[in-house]
Order: sequence, then structure tokens, then C-alpha cells
Amino acid sequence: MRPSKFSNFIFNRNVQGTFYQAITLSLVILGVYYIVQNTAENMMARGLASGFQFLGVESQFDIGMTLIEYSPTSTYFDAFIVGLLNTLLVAGIGIFFATIVGFAFGIMRLSSNWLIAKIAETYIEVIRNIPLLLQIFFWYFAVLRALPKPKQSIEFMDSIFLNNRGLFLPDPNFGEGSSIIFSLFWITIVISIIIFVWSKRRQNRTGITFPAFYVSIALVLGVFFAALTATGFPVSFDIPELKGFNYKGGTRLIPELVALTFALSMYTAAFIAEVVRAGIMAVSKGQTEAARSVGLKEGLVLRLIIIPQALRVIVPPLTNQYLNLTKNSSLAAAIAYPDLVLVFAGTALMQTGQAIEIIGMVMGVYLFLSLFTSIIMNLFNRIMRVGER
Amino acid sequence: MNKNITPPVIEIGIIGWLKKNLFSTWYNTILTLIGLYFIYLIIPPLLSWIFFDATFSGTTREDCTSSGACWVFIKQNMKLIIYGLYPSDELWRINIAYFLLTVSIIYLLIPNLKYKGFVGIFLLGIFPIICVFLFSGGLGLENVETRLWGGLFLTLVIAGVGIVLSLPIGIMLALGRRSKLPVVSLLSTIFIEIWRGVPLITVLFMASNMFPLFMPEGVNFDKLMRALIGVMFFSAAYLAEVVRGGLQAMPKGQYEASQAAGLTYWKMMGLIILPQSLKIVIPAIIGSFIALFKDTTLVLIIGLFDFLGIIQFVGTNPDWLGFSHEGYVFAAAIFWVFCFGMSRYSQRLEKKLDTGN
Repeated sequence: MRPSKFSNFIFNRNVQGTFYQAITLSLVILGVYYIVQNTAENMMARGLASGFQFLGVESQFDIGMTLIEYSPTSTYFDAFIVGLLNTLLVAGIGIFFATIVGFAFGIMRLSSNWLIAKIAETYIEVIRNIPLLLQIFFWYFAVLRALPKPKQSIEFMDSIFLNNRGLFLPDPNFGEGSSIIFSLFWITIVISIIIFVWSKRRQNRTGITFPAFYVSIALVLGVFFAALTATGFPVSFDIPELKGFNYKGGTRLIPELVALTFALSMYTAAFIAEVVRAGIMAVSKGQTEAARSVGLKEGLVLRLIIIPQALRVIVPPLTNQYLNLTKNSSLAAAIAYPDLVLVFAGTALMQTGQAIEIIGMVMGVYLFLSLFTSIIMNLFNRIMRVGER
Repeated sequence: MNKNITPPVIEIGIIGWLKKNLFSTWYNTILTLIGLYFIYLIIPPLLSWIFFDATFSGTTREDCTSSGACWVFIKQNMKLIIYGLYPSDELWRINIAYFLLTVSIIYLLIPNLKYKGFVGIFLLGIFPIICVFLFSGGLGLENVETRLWGGLFLTLVIAGVGIVLSLPIGIMLALGRRSKLPVVSLLSTIFIEIWRGVPLITVLFMASNMFPLFMPEGVNFDKLMRALIGVMFFSAAYLAEVVRGGLQAMPKGQYEASQAAGLTYWKMMGLIILPQSLKIVIPAIIGSFIALFKDTTLVLIIGLFDFLGIIQFVGTNPDWLGFSHEGYVFAAAIFWVFCFGMSRYSQRLEKKLDTGN
């Protein structure tokens, strides 16, 4: 029996494809329409106006920690910026410490010393398998809030104080002449870069090496300290002092910030350690052996052969961890650190009731960060792929 | 030549092992000593706090006179921690579920037993339906409002619902993203990337603040339902990416062979591609489940009393102020046992499923 024209038509792949897509699209559009319709009705019923006009209105609430000028008379948009900056601050400090601790534990995990490797493994397995929120609670409620009062502060070198009001650090004061030191510092950095480029080129051309690293270090530090002495130490420190019931002067880091960054760095470090370990182990043993057999010294094997290849494997998952840390910093809301989520999706949302706009903005910020990171990562992968076989 | 000379005593046995692994060079010796000092600083005080100096018996805080942990605090609040505010007369319903869950999991863990597939299907398909009736009521059982649910019970409910419902959605999303139909693939990609790009907290805030706006007048989800929907979509998006990894790892020949055999799209996926690719990604799926299990703690931020939420809550009881250390250490131990157990199981499975190709 020959198939009829009609069955030819309905069993055609393209026709079927178009049909399914049309159905999916109309279902999605119907769903979205239904939700939009309901939302509009509900907002009418509650007397809410949609739109972003509320951003220009006075916020009338205060925020415990602000990096820019802010008061209850500032607008909701200012509150948004304050929250965003606080989130970025936690993320920045967290990423810094998580990287250092994570690399340290990742390398320790591969140590030939059995005890050191086991200590690192225990750390990783314990920290990774306990929820982050629980760790934040522990550091905040059980450790920092249980610290002594300012009078019995824990002291480090008579200038750093830790108590239940937070961590007090000395503030550097830059007096006259310090601008000269700064400009000299940057000039020596630029000169060092030039030395690096020159020595690399000369080595490529003639094969003669030049100790560019040590020369640059000596240059930068030497000039820095020489300038410091010549100008008569224009840098002084504003050391926090106990006045009454609290410390005055210096920089105060609120306990919420300390607990949050500490927990975030410890937690993310455990994941970074695993990333680092996987990256180093991904470099095949033949690479090390080949490098040794052409006569490279141990340090050079590490610097020229293993690290560049391991980094290629490490960097993409590492940035992923950085992104996770930034997203996890939103747990700040649980211990009342004024980050973007607490300030904007919490307080501002409660006051204005503009749920859609506010949550849209907050999600938009995180989506932008994710998108931005993945674009950078794709670029990195494209550049790094060039050298591969 | 004498073949019977034994190796020097310093190269074999315990001494040899010590020399090779701990004291091979002078800096290794220093590292070992530093490591030992750290262990000395941390482990003995910790052990004496948890076990040797701790108080285990008693009923009130006055019984805790020693310098160690006061486990009486946990013991006295055990019912709250495990069941939340669930009515005392109805606790047997939760106990049945705990029992069924434990038995099925133990059955699955014992190697070389038959009918594991059926137990798995029971656990993922039938058990959840039994639980719905057991927990919330119906079929002659009294109705229990979800605001009374709490503790470890609620944590397991959220994690369980997330796991059972997010897997099928995740598979559909992964198939959608890999689809040749541009509209389907685009919609799935947007959906996945949006959920993956935002933190779970914002999803939960959205669920608790925006879902009521989305629904028509009169339709009302309770708080738990909203959180469950949020958790489900969030975890489905992550699972979709895991499953997609498995689909991509399938050799092209598998697709071509099934098409040549005349299978339709759904038969090809259901009979050939998905069974193989899901098997590859089982460890990664368990990894996502561990992450989901840890993430369930976040529901306390929108006001649900999960395991951690209850621990926080009993810590604020005036009778038991100042025992937060015990609460957190206990919670950490329980979470650790669950998560570490799952990760060890997945490592074992990975070795077992590795067919070498």
C-alpha cells in the first residue's frame, strides 16, 4: 500500500518539529500570560503600582554598615547600592582568603608526608559535608558573639583587638610625602615589567638568562624602603583605643562581616583545595619526567611545566567556585549582615511591597555576575586552547 | 652471593613506613612535628569536651556541672528536633515513614541482593505517595497542617521532594536543551541558566513573596508548598546540567544505530541513550543531591523550622540559653553523617559501575 499524501505530510520530520515547537511556544506564552494576568489583578486588588518610581523615594531605614554615605533620608536606590557594595565587599575578601587557604590545603593534600596529607583530607571532608549556613551560625552565634566584652578583648601586638563588638584594626594615616612614595612604587613596578619583557626577549634570541624576578623584587622593595627612610616615615597608624565601653579609632569590622567572610572562606577553600588537587594530578607524570630528563631543576619543572598546565585545568572550576562564593554570600541575610538580599529583598521589600521589581533587580544582579563570569571563562578557554595539541 | 640477607630494619615494617612517609627529609620531619602539635592542640580538648567531660544523664540544665558538653540539652529536646511540632498522638505516622526509609536504604546498601531495582522504584515512586497521605492526612487519617511540621522530619521531606521531583524535570530540561528544535532548546536553556545564575535564597524569597501574586484570587499555597516549588525548580536546573553532561558523553554511534534501527525519538532516548548516560552520571547526580540536602537549611530564612531551624529555636528557649555549641555540634554531626555517607556511597558506585569503556 502506498502511503497517502496526508500521512506523508504528518510523518514528515520538519512538519512534526514545527508542530511540537508551536505547541511548546503556545503553552509557554499561555502560562506567562496567565501569570501576568493574575499578577496584574492581584496588584490592583492590593493597591500596588508597578514600576520603578519607588527607587527615588526616601527609604526611612538605616543600615548598620555602609561603604558610601547613607542615611534614612537616602533613597531606595541608594539602599540598593549600599547592599550591592556590601555583597561585593564580602565576596572580595572571601575570594582572597579562600584562594590562599584552598591552594594551601590542595597542595598539602598531595604532600608526600602522610600526616600532612591526612590533616588536609580531614579538613576537606569535614568542611565540605556540613551545610554552609550551619557553619555561619556557628562562627557568628557560638564563637564571635560569645567573645569577651571590649574590656577583656583579645589582643594581637597591642594594635588589633577582637571582642564581641567586632574586629578592630589600625588605620594607616598617610602624611606629607607619602604621595612621592606611592608614585615611586608604581614607577618601579612598571620598570620591573619592562625588565621581564626585555629578559624574556633576550633569552628567546640569545639563550642568555637574566634573574629578572630577584632584580625586580630588590628594585621595588629597595626603592620603597629607601623612599620611606628619605621622607622620614610619613605613614602613621591610627590604633584603636579603649574609651569607655568600646574602642574608638581605627577600622571596625562588624562581627557579622567577620563571621560571614570567615565561614565563606573556610567553606569555599575546601572546594578550591579539591579543584587544585585535581588540576595538579591532571598533569601527566610523563611531563615531569620529561622535564627532568632535559635537565630542568626542580623549581623550574614546577614553574615552567607543571603550574602552567595545571592552571589551565584549575582556572575554569576555580572561577566557578568564586561565583558560588558570591552567590553564597547571600546567606548574610540569616545573621543580619546588610548585604544586597537583606537590605533590598528584605527590608526594602517589606516596606514597599514591590516584590516583582525588587526581586527582579536582585536576581538581575546575580544573573549579570554569572553571565559576566561565564563570558570571561569562555574567552579564557579560547585563548588557552591555542597552545594545545 | 647470599640471597637471604633481609633488608635493613630501618627500611621495612613500621619503622620503614615511618621513615618513608613522615621523616624522609629534614623539612618533612619539621612538617610532621608541626602537624603533630596541631593535632595535640585540637583533638584532646575536643574529645574531652564531647565525651570525657560531657554530661549525658539528667533532665535539666542544673545537671550539667562538668566542663564538657551538656548533651542533656539535646536529649531533652530530642522530640522537637526529630519531629518538630507534629502532634504527639500522630508521631507513629512519621515513625512508619522513617522505618520504611531506613529498611529500603539498608536493603539497597547490602551488596549482591536481588530485586534492588524494585526497591529503588518503590523508594522513588510508591514511597513518596504513601508519605503524602501519612504526613498530611487523608484516607481516614487526621489532617496535620504543614506549619506543625519541623525538625529532621521536615529537612528530609524537603530534600526528598526535591530529589524525587527534580530528577524527571531535570531530565526533560536536559533533553530540551539538547533538542534540535530551536524553540524548545532556547526555552530550556533560558530556564536552566536563570535558575542556576541566582542564589537559592533569592529563589526562596521569590517563592514566598511572588508566588501569591502569580496565582488567581482564592488559590493559596502554604509556606512549605512555596518553598518546595522553589527548591524543586532550583535543583532541577542543576540536575539538568548534570544529565546533559551524560548525554554529551554518549558516542554518536549510539544515536545513529538507534535511528538506523527505526526507533522514534522517545524510544531512542528512553531505551538506548538515557539508561546509558544516566548510569555514567550517577555519581554526579548524588553530588547534586548532597548539595540539595545541605541547601535545605536555607528554608529557615523564610520561616520554616527545619532541622537547623529547630536547633536555633530550642537554643533561644530561656531554660536552655547558652548551649548553642552543643546544638551546632550535634547538627553538624548529623548533617556530616548523611552527606559523607552519600558521597562514600557514590564513590563505591562509581567503581562498581565503571565498565572500563
